Amino acid sequence: MRYVLGRLGQAAAVLLAAFTVAFILLQAMPGDAIMIKFENPELGLSPDQIAALRQAYGADTPLPAQYLHSLLGFLGGDFGYSIQSGTPVRQLLAEVVPGTLILAALGFVSAVILAVGITILANLPGLRRIADVFRSLPSLFVAVPVFWLGIVLIQVFSFQLRLIPVINPGPIEGLILPVLTLAVPISAPIAQILIRSVDDVLGYPFVAVVRARGADPWWILWRNVARNAVLPAFTMAGVLFGELIGGAVVTETVFGRAGVGRLTADAVTQQDTPILLAIVLLSATAFVVINLVVDLLYPVLDPRLGPRRRARVAAPRERKVVSV
Amino acid sequence: MSIDEREAAAEREISVGGTAPAERDERAARLPDPFTPQRRSLRERIGRPRIAVVLSVVWLILVVLWALFPSVFTPFDPIAGNAAEAQQAPSLAHPFGTDATGRDMFSRVVYGSINSLSGALIAVSVGFVIGTAIGVFAGSSRRLVDDILMRIVDVFLAIPSLLLSLSIIILLGFGTAQAAIAVGFTSVAAFARLSRSEVVRVRGTDYVEAAFASGGRFLPVLWRHVLPNSLNAVLALAALQFGTAVLSISTLGFLGYGAPPPTPEWGLMIAEGRNYVATAWWLTTLPGAVVVLVVLSANRVSAAIAARGRIS
Repeated sequence: MRYVLGRLGQAAAVLLAAFTVAFILLQAMPGDAIMIKFENPELGLSPDQIAALRQAYGADTPLPAQYLHSLLGFLGGDFGYSIQSGTPVRQLLAEVVPGTLILAALGFVSAVILAVGITILANLPGLRRIADVFRSLPSLFVAVPVFWLGIVLIQVFSFQLRLIPVINPGPIEGLILPVLTLAVPISAPIAQILIRSVDDVLGYPFVAVVRARGADPWWILWRNVARNAVLPAFTMAGVLFGELIGGAVVTETVFGRAGVGRLTADAVTQQDTPILLAIVLLSATAFVVINLVVDLLYPVLDPRLGPRRRARVAAPRERKVVSV
Repeated sequence: MSIDEREAAAEREISVGGTAPAERDERAARLPDPFTPQRRSLRERIGRPRIAVVLSVVWLILVVLWALFPSVFTPFDPIAGNAAEAQQAPSLAHPFGTDATGRDMFSRVVYGSINSLSGALIAVSVGFVIGTAIGVFAGSSRRLVDDILMRIVDVFLAIPSLLLSLSIIILLGFGTAQAAIAVGFTSVAAFARLSRSEVVRVRGTDYVEAAFASGGRFLPVLWRHVLPNSLNAVLALAALQFGTAVLSISTLGFLGYGAPPPTPEWGLMIAEGRNYVATAWWLTTLPGAVVVLVVLSANRVSAAIAARGRIS
């Protein structure tokens, strides 16, 4: 119990720190989005009017007060207002989150299927001669730019094969290519860690014992190896989430889908910092929560890490940073 | 179980049983290094893996030469187009075809390499200098300072890397150098964590203890003993991050936050070619393939550096 509470506290601390970092980066730095928008001479606003506007957005209060105000706002679910449109950021997000969630969830599931498929093919007893081809697939997938993959898929499936219409595809047809685009780069790290842990588990003495007792390779792979090899993949969940977000930004831009990614890209183009701040913080929160759940669940999933050895759970975690 | 299957099982047993202990030792030694999953197994299975590495190095050298002496490789101007030759498919005269304004795509790719390479170099330098400074300092400080620094690094890991670089872009403005710096910040955490763990690892060894015992001061010991022994892992990470940076910079260029339009930048070129997907596949496919090959080569070289470290 103490461990759980400690972990919760740690997660809260990381979140607070993430908020502080994002706040310093996006709000406290000199580039003032309000000035950029309203000092435009075409609008013909007098200095007094600009000052009034700044006051309305709370940009004239001292930084610590702004910091506290935003922090309390975020805790209560109020993310402030978009500078470009004046709409509450919360409302903007609520409109696009469902679409992105569907895309991300489908992309993630496809990525897992793809990764498991590659791992199985790379370890199939009958395919050992060409196993290296499958083993090198993940490193190829890592190297492919997401945006390029999306365009090439459109080229092949929409224009060459004419399987999926470009204009007004149905809701399901319209999802196929974006999901595939998102799944390929996400599957690479999963497949890498799966292949490696299968290799590791195959080297354990108990596998040799099972084999010595006459089990055929299939039995070993399914009954003995798979269960042990899947566990390390869970530790990647947080990193994969980050990649899903990054992938969604690019995928939604390529396919012209409305979503969190598109909102992010537009916010950057228009220097709409409140939107970006909210998105950064929501992703950081999701990342921290996912890692917290993984950390708390791991000892439950892996009986070898009983309560006494919990302290070691956090240590072997790998966080590989792969940017999209 | 048929006889054939039995034989296959026995064969597998011999092959795995025979190499298992050594294999496991080596695996255990390589566990903290998450960067080289397939490399080793390739060498084991094929037996002559050097070819991939040699090809990667040759390709990277070629791209560096493109960046340094672009006019040697192509007679065409990357910016000024020849309207008479617009939208031509790849041919001997124009290996990568021409775009809508008649610009030779191959020369744009060649001239664009300087943007991608120098951008990636800036990014890796930013990540390396800041990250290693934090990591070395944390690793050689007392527990409290170490903890605080590494928690700050954790915060950077909590923000998805693309969002982090976008936050920095929104701050710095658009442009090639800005995009490079923004990408560099995303690798700070990786460098900090690696250099810290390397410093802590080397610090615990007998020879460092001996160096301190025989009167070595902190910084000289760091320089003479800790640094050379950590260099390999850091170099491998730098090579890996170089590939990642090429990828990220082209992504930012594609989104329109990098170099402004007439500049031949790989990501931007793909974004421009996107409008002609239906009629001119070469405008997007070929520059993208160049990006893939560069990233793939950088990752291979990184894996080779890491592997060399494990053998010696």
